[in-house]
Amino acid sequence: MAATASQAVHGPILDVERVRRDFPILDRTVNGRPLVYLDSGASSQRPVAVLRAVEEYETHSHANIHRGVHALSQAATEAFEGARERVRRYINARSTKEIIFVRGTTEAINLVAQSFARPRFKAGDEIIVTALEHHANIVPWQMVCEQTGCTLKVAPINKRGELLFDEYVKLLSPRTKLVAIAHVSNALGSILPVKRIVDAAHAQGAVVLVDGAQAVPHAHVDVRALGCDFYAFSGHKLYGPTGIGVLYGREELLESMPPWQGGGDMILTVSFEKTTYNGLPAKFEAGTPNISGAVGLAAAMDYVESLGLDAIAAHEHRLVELATAELQKIPGIQIVGTAANKASIVSFTLDGVHPHDLGTILDHEGVAVRTGHHCAMPLMTFLGLPATARASFGVYNTEQDVRSLVAALGKAREVFG
Amino acid sequence: MDLKELYRDVILDHNKRPRNFGKLEPADSRADGHNPLCGDRLTVFLRMSGDRVEDIRFEGKGCAISTASASLMTEAIKGKDKADIGTLFGKIHSLLTQQNAVADSSLGKLAALSGVREYPARVKCASLCWHTLNAALERSAGARNETPAAVSTE
Repeated sequence: MAATASQAVHGPILDVERVRRDFPILDRTVNGRPLVYLDSGASSQRPVAVLRAVEEYETHSHANIHRGVHALSQAATEAFEGARERVRRYINARSTKEIIFVRGTTEAINLVAQSFARPRFKAGDEIIVTALEHHANIVPWQMVCEQTGCTLKVAPINKRGELLFDEYVKLLSPRTKLVAIAHVSNALGSILPVKRIVDAAHAQGAVVLVDGAQAVPHAHVDVRALGCDFYAFSGHKLYGPTGIGVLYGREELLESMPPWQGGGDMILTVSFEKTTYNGLPAKFEAGTPNISGAVGLAAAMDYVESLGLDAIAAHEHRLVELATAELQKIPGIQIVGTAANKASIVSFTLDGVHPHDLGTILDHEGVAVRTGHHCAMPLMTFLGLPATARASFGVYNTEQDVRSLVAALGKAREVFG
Repeated sequence: MDLKELYRDVILDHNKRPRNFGKLEPADSRADGHNPLCGDRLTVFLRMSGDRVEDIRFEGKGCAISTASASLMTEAIKGKDKADIGTLFGKIHSLLTQQNAVADSSLGKLAALSGVREYPARVKCASLCWHTLNAALERSAGARNETPAAVSTE
């Protein structure tokens, strides 16, 4: 949404030096060198605005929510429900009833697997995922397959890391009950054509879940424009706290689903003969939730929108382009994942140096990258790689960070001769 | 701490040219090791003569620490019996995990692994081959033709 960017405090161009001052952790050193944090895809750092919001809530407003009439309980409830409204606006959901607070993307997907899929799928039904999914969008569906006898189908990708859309469409049939896809690949950065995927699935009557963990920090997500039925994401990749995430679900689907966990807050009345369940969204939020986490997530969304998602996307795109160009100049570097449409992630290997050794050497230079299979072992198997190193960018990364990465890779080549 | 303390010449050499690398056929025992954190996988093959390791080979894909450690291990234990290997395993374990452990002369080239303990995230890379060896030794004491034993660092 261009309107968001034009209203941004920092203007449509990200003032990175100013942004960096919002993140106190960036002042620290690692192994005697300035921290170069290129692992926001695993977890982003938190701005002061988020740290303060959490501290403010814990210091002045904490009590349990939806319980008791005292002032603090009211304040806590307002903070928590205010956060829900903040999330609704962030993804443009129709109603706060469609916003379920969970621990993170993983829990959101498991909720849909166990409450939506498990009770209604049966042998002969099919679930489609893509070949580039994170384990969190594979294993919950495998569990449903074991539990119900339904079958998991895998839509293939090419070596560039792009979904083979026609192959995906061929897999669709009236047997397809659910399609579960990443919005952005965590290992390669590929952006999937979610709208087209959704439209094709809906044409066959299938429901679509989108794993948006890697998408929400980088681009404006409008769940109604995408048309998806479920959308899952985590707070901690969006400059918010860990242990808080969101499941968006279309209201009529959530209404039709049984509760997932039982306990306090998700009931209206309880007797030993008959318990009646609460309405949405409480039905899916048994027990005391992560209240300060929700407050922190809301503050993170305020912060991100104050920078402007268009400005963030443009900034990160520049860094990806620069990193791709600079890394390709280094002999022996292979960029893994060259999709035409990419967000914020550059995965790579260096000939003769295992990614795990690369990670250690880069860390020695103060450069934090993720190395390994990125919780996407089937994808690594498809690519014929045991692992890659992955640089992922956030709002606070600079062109100098890219140059530091390049210099550190030079060091790795030096060590391994 | 200098990176050269971790990546000593001996380590880099054994990574580049791993000794005793490849399948051993026929083998009396084998075991697979897996480090899910970094995706390292290796297989240890043994040919036994009673309690003594007559021949050992390994294969797999791993980082420099994992490959060099396995290569050095095969050189160190070839010809040794289970009791000696047990003693060596104890010494290696101390070397990799205890800050003030001193490499005694019986460790020979294995002492080059002492830099690993400064990098806690990498200790499992160096110890994977030893755990896999133990599994293969245990397996050699039992039936031969069962599926290979598997160990994981997790």
